[in-house]
Amino acid sequence: MGLTGIQIYKLLPQTNCKECGEPTCLAFAMKLAAGKADISLCPYVSEDAKAKLSEATAPPIREFTIGTGTNAVKVGGETVMFRHEKTFFNPTPVAVMIKDTESDDVVASKLERIKSICFERVGKKLCVDMVALKNESGDKAKFMTLLEKASAIDKPMIIMTDNLETLKESAEKYKDKRPILYAATSANADEVAKIASATGLPVVAKGNGLDEVSSVTAKLASAGIKDIAIDSSAKNIKDAVKDNVFARRASIKQKIKEVGYPTFVVVNEITQDPMLEAVIAAGLISQYAGIVVISDPDPAKILPITVSRMNVFTDPQRPMVVEQGIYPINNPDENSPVIITVNFALTYFIVSAEIEASRVPCWLMIMDTEGLSVLTAWSAGKFVADAMAAYVKKTDITQKVKHRKIIIPGYVAQLSGEFQEELGEGWEVQIGPREAADLPKFLKMWKL
Amino acid sequence: MAFKEPVEKYNNSITEVSISDLKVGGQSVLTGIYSFDGPVPNPPKIAMEVLDVKPEEWPQTLVDAVGDVYDDPVKWALKCQNEFKADMICLSLVSTDPNGMNRSAEEAAKTAKAVLDAINIPLIVYGSLNSEKDGEVMKAVGEACHGKVILLGPADDENYRTVGGASLGYQHKVAAASPIDVNLAKQLNILLGNLGVPLESIVIDPTTGGLGYGIEYTFSVMQRIRLAALAQGDDKLKSPFINMIGKEAWKAREAKISESEEPSFGNLATRGILWEAITAINLLIAGSDIMVLRHPESVKLVRSFMNEFFK
Repeated sequence: MGLTGIQIYKLLPQTNCKECGEPTCLAFAMKLAAGKADISLCPYVSEDAKAKLSEATAPPIREFTIGTGTNAVKVGGETVMFRHEKTFFNPTPVAVMIKDTESDDVVASKLERIKSICFERVGKKLCVDMVALKNESGDKAKFMTLLEKASAIDKPMIIMTDNLETLKESAEKYKDKRPILYAATSANADEVAKIASATGLPVVAKGNGLDEVSSVTAKLASAGIKDIAIDSSAKNIKDAVKDNVFARRASIKQKIKEVGYPTFVVVNEITQDPMLEAVIAAGLISQYAGIVVISDPDPAKILPITVSRMNVFTDPQRPMVVEQGIYPINNPDENSPVIITVNFALTYFIVSAEIEASRVPCWLMIMDTEGLSVLTAWSAGKFVADAMAAYVKKTDITQKVKHRKIIIPGYVAQLSGEFQEELGEGWEVQIGPREAADLPKFLKMWKL
Repeated sequence: MAFKEPVEKYNNSITEVSISDLKVGGQSVLTGIYSFDGPVPNPPKIAMEVLDVKPEEWPQTLVDAVGDVYDDPVKWALKCQNEFKADMICLSLVSTDPNGMNRSAEEAAKTAKAVLDAINIPLIVYGSLNSEKDGEVMKAVGEACHGKVILLGPADDENYRTVGGASLGYQHKVAAASPIDVNLAKQLNILLGNLGVPLESIVIDPTTGGLGYGIEYTFSVMQRIRLAALAQGDDKLKSPFINMIGKEAWKAREAKISESEEPSFGNLATRGILWEAITAINLLIAGSDIMVLRHPESVKLVRSFMNEFFK
């Protein structure tokens, strides 16, 4: 990370052939340094230089993929300590653990829930992302049966066994599904490296604390393994938070390669309390965890955990938006009030929650303002009379309601006259409250 | 090779604020749980919120948990102190809202005094978030509670003179509230300072967004304020934080809607409690010093999480 344009320029052919699309090699180097071009655009760069460059521009925390197809997850790849510095990139996958000692019924019910728990929020899916399969029994046949069942739900798998032969056999059998292997330790790193190398699979390096973890990752790296996650075996909340914070600081601020990998935390080894497990999982996701494993696929826990993750991983520079359109709330009919507001997701969430709480049936019109809030959209000329009228006319709201009354946010009261004019004869623009919290009262008093 | 622990301790520290015999702040680390970075003289505190009037439209999960005391703020406060083991009580004078019951400042002050006299843990008194009325109410509350030190609030850019004045006049501490913004938080501390309120008497209420409803804005603003205070030594931003977590978390649709209405969401009680507890954990990570919560089970969860850092 962090070669300057001049340093990159020295690695280029310096022939100014222009084939990359830039006028000079120096201009190309500058673009590379800014992350705005890809080295593959240069047909003449040496393999050696390419390797040096890709190493230098790689994020300080290794990024890789587990699983295949639409359910695959990307982990690592983070570049900052605080989300306000840029953003966090790859939302921490949540894995649910199933042990091969659990009864057939429990396994079947867990798999069914892991497969089906999925919430949609702001156009994004919040699901259980992975399944962690543990060879608790020590028995190979039992474990292979569990893997067979789990592979059917097509979620990325974590293969957890202490037995090298079992690890090898399952890795070979399921390598096309790209599971992650658990775990390489001080005792078996060389053998596990061979399995990972032969199958091309990612692997978790496990040790007691980050010190031992570092020695395991060093062994794996020297055997050519690149896709590694790290488990410091924390047994309490403090150590788990500390190890995650320290691994992130060491990799981002000090470029310590041995811990420059996504972390892996088995939360059900920190607590047996299922409620506390959910709280710790959410806390660790906000504190840099790369992958978290929990025991309980309970939707009432997965929802708050994944919403928390979504919030922390939201790009601070790009507001969350909801789709433009007319949202019916509380089963509205042709006599229900019509409210218009912006498509900033937070505005939508808060306004729709207040309407829902009021139990007054409403039509909520959400207008595309590029994710700006009411006042910013107004001052940016996006939530203004002519644009709003054009949007209203474009929709079929007049088919949904008999009346021609429309409520605007109190903060843009000043545009009511112009909006009414733009909408034309018959329309009445009404000024709603400034704060969403006052909507229920307003709506309960509203009369056609 | 040996891994060297990258401990981060700053040369600046958060201002220590004493509310009666309880202290908050004083740490030189980013959040009150980073006890592995350096000493945390005053671990973060959990306050439980008590309303001055029987709550309307509270989710059943909360009503069940609080039990039969929720129409009596004194009994309710005592239950939070004795049974739920709160570190502090936060009395919310919601009945003073001019758009609601519009109870007088004098009546509100009587309630505050009654609660203060009944409990032996420190008291926070919050208004109804109507700036003008809160100014009036805090003046009366400040006077009625004179003799003991409580935390009054919130002071905002409109009423800071009256609320700050009540703090100065009756030796109380004050919560300075600004809308999720580093500069506005700093500005309000400066305004209070100009009035004569010392930094040792101020905690910042950065305005709390609930889980799923803007928590990320609060999270980042708190982290930025902490970095400005500790890394850059900005004196005006060294105040401890108070977060009104319960109020925001229990507003969320996800914390309130029944399983029969949203079968895919799962058990309501689990969901509501976690909604509050996970909101709290995120803000604890961002640096909260006083977390104001509502449900005794989320209090327990947050306490279990936090206690591990101080064993």
